[in-house]
Amino acid sequence: MQTQVSAAAALEVAHVSHSYGARKALDDVSFSVPAARFCVLLGPNGAGKSTLFALVTRLFAMRHGAISIFGHDVSSTPGEALRRLGVVFQARTLDLDLSVEQNLLYHAALHGIGAKRTRQLSRAVLERVGMAERADDKARDLSGGQMRRVEIARALLHGPRLLLLDEPTVGLDMQARTDILAYVRRLVAETGIGVLWTTHLLDEIHPADDVIVMHKGAILQQGSAAGIAAALDVPDIKSAFAKLTGSRPVDVSELV
Amino acid sequence: MTTLEQSLDISSLGQEMPAGFTWKHYAICARGIIWREALRFIHQRERFVSALVRPLVWLFIFAAGFRSVLGLSIIPPYKTYIHYQDYITPGLMAMIQLFNGMQSSLSMIYDREMGNMRTLLVSPLPRWFLLTSKLMAGTLVSIMQVYAYLLVAWFWNVVPDSNWGYVTVLPAMLLSGFMLGALGMFISSAIKQLENFAGVMNFVIFPMFFASSALYPLWKVRMGSPWLADYCEFNPFTHAVELIRFALYQQVNWTSLAVVAGCTVIFLTGAIIAYDPSRGMLARKGG
Repeated sequence: MQTQVSAAAALEVAHVSHSYGARKALDDVSFSVPAARFCVLLGPNGAGKSTLFALVTRLFAMRHGAISIFGHDVSSTPGEALRRLGVVFQARTLDLDLSVEQNLLYHAALHGIGAKRTRQLSRAVLERVGMAERADDKARDLSGGQMRRVEIARALLHGPRLLLLDEPTVGLDMQARTDILAYVRRLVAETGIGVLWTTHLLDEIHPADDVIVMHKGAILQQGSAAGIAAALDVPDIKSAFAKLTGSRPVDVSELV
Repeated sequence: MTTLEQSLDISSLGQEMPAGFTWKHYAICARGIIWREALRFIHQRERFVSALVRPLVWLFIFAAGFRSVLGLSIIPPYKTYIHYQDYITPGLMAMIQLFNGMQSSLSMIYDREMGNMRTLLVSPLPRWFLLTSKLMAGTLVSIMQVYAYLLVAWFWNVVPDSNWGYVTVLPAMLLSGFMLGALGMFISSAIKQLENFAGVMNFVIFPMFFASSALYPLWKVRMGSPWLADYCEFNPFTHAVELIRFALYQQVNWTSLAVVAGCTVIFLTGAIIAYDPSRGMLARKGG
């Protein structure tokens, strides 16, 4: 049992399909995120990324397929699966009326971690994201980038081995985007946490990253960014994405 | 500087985490949910003021205006003639809890729209436990509001026959608060958006409050309209009011107790099913 669990992937998604009425949001999606890897789920808006997140976090129930976190099935053993998972949702989820530390205390309590231990932990995670001196400030008074950093700190509080981030850089300025991306990459390198990072912005991808290209609910290609480009005989992931989806890639230079 | 591995033991988590949760995890979780609800309540001072002013307006204006209009005979649990403000006080206490229950359902819809609900639902503890804790938190807030009202009423000399009434009414309010909160929670699962909440006001709060024994005794209603009296007796809110009314006079109305307990179970089961990912409304709604 022990060896089986430690050999299991951080996140294993197997043959998952999901539809809203007649519209199919996910169609037989399978992939895995190994531990200690920065893995990018790339897809335009409406590709099914958020639906996938809702299934992993058990907001919706799985109809077809299976998802497991370190070998713990999300449907049959949700408690064991969810306690190994940290999530940063696309929507802002801090309680704006509470202070940064109170937000962390609440989250920790939901994981059964008491206030005393949380105070030690929150100092460590906040220091890590450079927000330690803002612990007593109201969440309302933070900038968008600072809120994101606090949300990442919060997601790490209960010591997960897998971190999911759903378009975490949406709505942030260039500097904040770069900071957060660099921070999460460093986290993977230093702590061995597995990360699934969803985005539609191609410039967030390094050639060595694992990339899963998703389009209209289906996976078109997966592998390292450089490998995908090589297989399609194009210079980089940008051109590969354009070729795969038959669309013009979304470039950050068009957004700013 | 300590590394994150050292400070969090992150390298050992994942594999070596002991399976399952102890009662201590549950206790910390429930306390956290109640603490957050209390903090929110303290931060929303307007909510507290309006929760207090609403019943006081009824007490000072409505009851004062109607005290001579409505003659009251001696009905249980009362042993003497009582003033009209004494009669409507249990109804106003239940009204505080009704509004509070609907308000926390409003906050659940708000939380869902704002994404805060997701923070709650990704907790690894079972969902029935999370929802029940949230309900408990809302009920405790409503009880604080009721005691604040009773304090003001005490200055106005609206008091039960014995001070023990303030104690014996507590379990009754726990149960009625749970029932009305569970009803609100169930309704919140069925409402798609915040804007639809005005409908709840018209179709839930008003019919429940006015077609009940909160403002007038049912025998009096029966004189005017027998079918309306039947409807009132069917209304669970009537039984919440009567449960509180009897408990305030250190008595138990067994029929009301049974109805309120039964409705609590039904509404709570409905809410838990509605928020269960495999059967509930959430999945059907999509995005």
